Amino acid sequence: MRILLVEDDPTVRAFVLKGLREAGHVVDEADNGKDGLFLAVSENYDVVILDRMLPGGIDGLRILETLRGQKNATPVLLLSALADVDERVAGLKAGGDDYMTKPFAFSELLARVEALGRRGRPESAPQTRLVVGDLEMDLLSRTVKRGGEKIDLQPREFRLLEFLIRHAGQVVTRTMLLERVWDYHFDPQTNVIDVHVSRLRQKVDKPFDKPMIHTIRNAGYILRAD
Amino acid sequence: MLLRKVRCFWLLLKRRLRWPIRSAGLNFALAYGLVFVISAGAFLSFIWWNTTGQLDHQVEVAVQVDAADLSHRWTQGGPSALGLAIQDRLDQNVDDDELYLLVGPDGRKFAGNLPGWPVVITRMDQFYELAIRRDGFRTNAKMRAYPLTHGFQMIVGRDVRGRQLVRHVLTDTLIWSWIMVSLLAAGGALAIRRIFRQVVRSIARTTAAVAQGDLSQRIPLTGNETDLVGQTVNTMLERINRLMDGVRQVSNAIAHDLRTPIARARARLEDASRTATTTEELHAAIDRAVMDLDRVTSIFEALLRIAQLEAGARRAAFTTVDLRPLLEGLCELYEASVEDAGLRLVCRAGVTRSVNGDPHLLQQAVANLLDNAIKFAPSGTDITLSTAMRGEKLAITVADQGPGMSEDDLARASERFFRAEAARNTPGAGLGLSLVQAVMSLHGGTLELKGGQPGLRATLLLPVVPSLPEKG
Repeated sequence: MRILLVEDDPTVRAFVLKGLREAGHVVDEADNGKDGLFLAVSENYDVVILDRMLPGGIDGLRILETLRGQKNATPVLLLSALADVDERVAGLKAGGDDYMTKPFAFSELLARVEALGRRGRPESAPQTRLVVGDLEMDLLSRTVKRGGEKIDLQPREFRLLEFLIRHAGQVVTRTMLLERVWDYHFDPQTNVIDVHVSRLRQKVDKPFDKPMIHTIRNAGYILRAD
Repeated sequence: MLLRKVRCFWLLLKRRLRWPIRSAGLNFALAYGLVFVISAGAFLSFIWWNTTGQLDHQVEVAVQVDAADLSHRWTQGGPSALGLAIQDRLDQNVDDDELYLLVGPDGRKFAGNLPGWPVVITRMDQFYELAIRRDGFRTNAKMRAYPLTHGFQMIVGRDVRGRQLVRHVLTDTLIWSWIMVSLLAAGGALAIRRIFRQVVRSIARTTAAVAQGDLSQRIPLTGNETDLVGQTVNTMLERINRLMDGVRQVSNAIAHDLRTPIARARARLEDASRTATTTEELHAAIDRAVMDLDRVTSIFEALLRIAQLEAGARRAAFTTVDLRPLLEGLCELYEASVEDAGLRLVCRAGVTRSVNGDPHLLQQAVANLLDNAIKFAPSGTDITLSTAMRGEKLAITVADQGPGMSEDDLARASERFFRAEAARNTPGAGLGLSLVQAVMSLHGGTLELKGGQPGLRATLLLPVVPSLPEKG
């Protein structure tokens, strides 16, 4: 993916840049709002990562508003040290697609950026069937089959699996699952998500010889066909 | 058109001539004085007008009665009888204030004490007040002419010099009284201003002391109208005090409880940098240091969140929350991990009332209670989430059958960073219940912790939205 990173802190910028390049992405960087805005409007990116507070008079929100004002729908992930819920709402209202507060784990950032990049690609028609390897999901009849064998799932397990399939091949973090599948925006102290995933595994992986849902240490989960 | 011009002018004037006095006390005093002076003026004018009017009226009545009597004499005895009667009256008039004149058809004087017919008197139906010359000196008289038969005419009047004297005296008296009243009003206004200042000064003295940093000062309540301000300011000071205490507590807590994990991470990194011999050792040390720092971040975030909630500024997301789906959703989320821990979650969220609040915060509060219950309950026991109405408040209770807490610990449980002895070895920073407490006070509710014999019963008490009266 082509990614634009606008971040003024050199350490954080170098860290994110290195990580994204290691993950195989092409990344342009800008350390101030002016350059960032110039790159964002003149080049074509799959995802833009924007720090909210930038030097040079143009902050992240201004860049975002300008982009959206030009009908540019590139997915934007806002990065900010402002953790306030109201700030988050303001960022999303201005047209941001996701919001992360500093400090963050790189794995979380990568997972969210890749999920956003996927979202940016337009789908030709609304899908009714999702297939990964020998796992099939019919969204209309709400049935799941693996290797032709029907798997019975609870409604929530179905949504969890649907999210994993839609992001097949990408790491999804626990926070992403909690936000997207359950629509909760808090940090549970206990391993609630792990337990739900392990239950899903019992049904989707256990009866078959090859597991599809993998745990990525210090990051989250990934659903893969191989 | 003209009206518009006038209004325009008035507005301009208003803008130009802004009332120059800023002092509320002085304005108050001026208004008081003005009202006093105007009302005294009105009162005294009324007295003057009424008294002089009464005197005038009396004279007119006397003249009319006199004239009627004399006309009667005329009809009975003609000019000679009337002349005698007039002479009689003049002789008996001790005050020497009665005026008469009887003239014949040719204008010749028949009787009376007026030297001649005054030229100004031409009509018969009204009183004249004029200056006349009598016995060599000038005086004022009020008189009226009456027609008689055979061309005779008569004037009856009264010398009103005395009355005018009374009027003068009265006017002087009243003017002097008005001046006295005005002086009194000015004095009163000054006194009022002084009282006003004194009242404000007591508030000002307290607030100045507070501004200097002495937050223990309170405005003394005296029972007068300024108590309203005093009370409000006192309440405000209480709140500031509480917030300041909170800040102090947080900074102490940060100093103490954030240093520990930071020190740990630092020690690990330094140790690894000095002694690690393999890359694996180095990686392990770094990973654990990152975990320590993540812990610092989460404590930090929780602290900020609590502080923000306690400041009471986060009511923007308040809506009417239907608690039943909210609680059922949480039950569904937690059921798996509760079972995983060898426990059973009994969910009895039969609530039908709604509350006014922030759904995310309420979720967080209940989730914290569930997290705690899972952490402490021994396997094989039940965790119960139930709801009930307690008066006009809704009670959401999370009960476990764990070790519970001692009375002392219960009282301190919601303090920041407090951890009971039994909880020392479990993960957590001692902020969960503080956050719940903060969420509750933001919602006007309370957190109640009770021993459950065995275990702990944590209850959230929330004010409900008044239910609409049922139709029919």
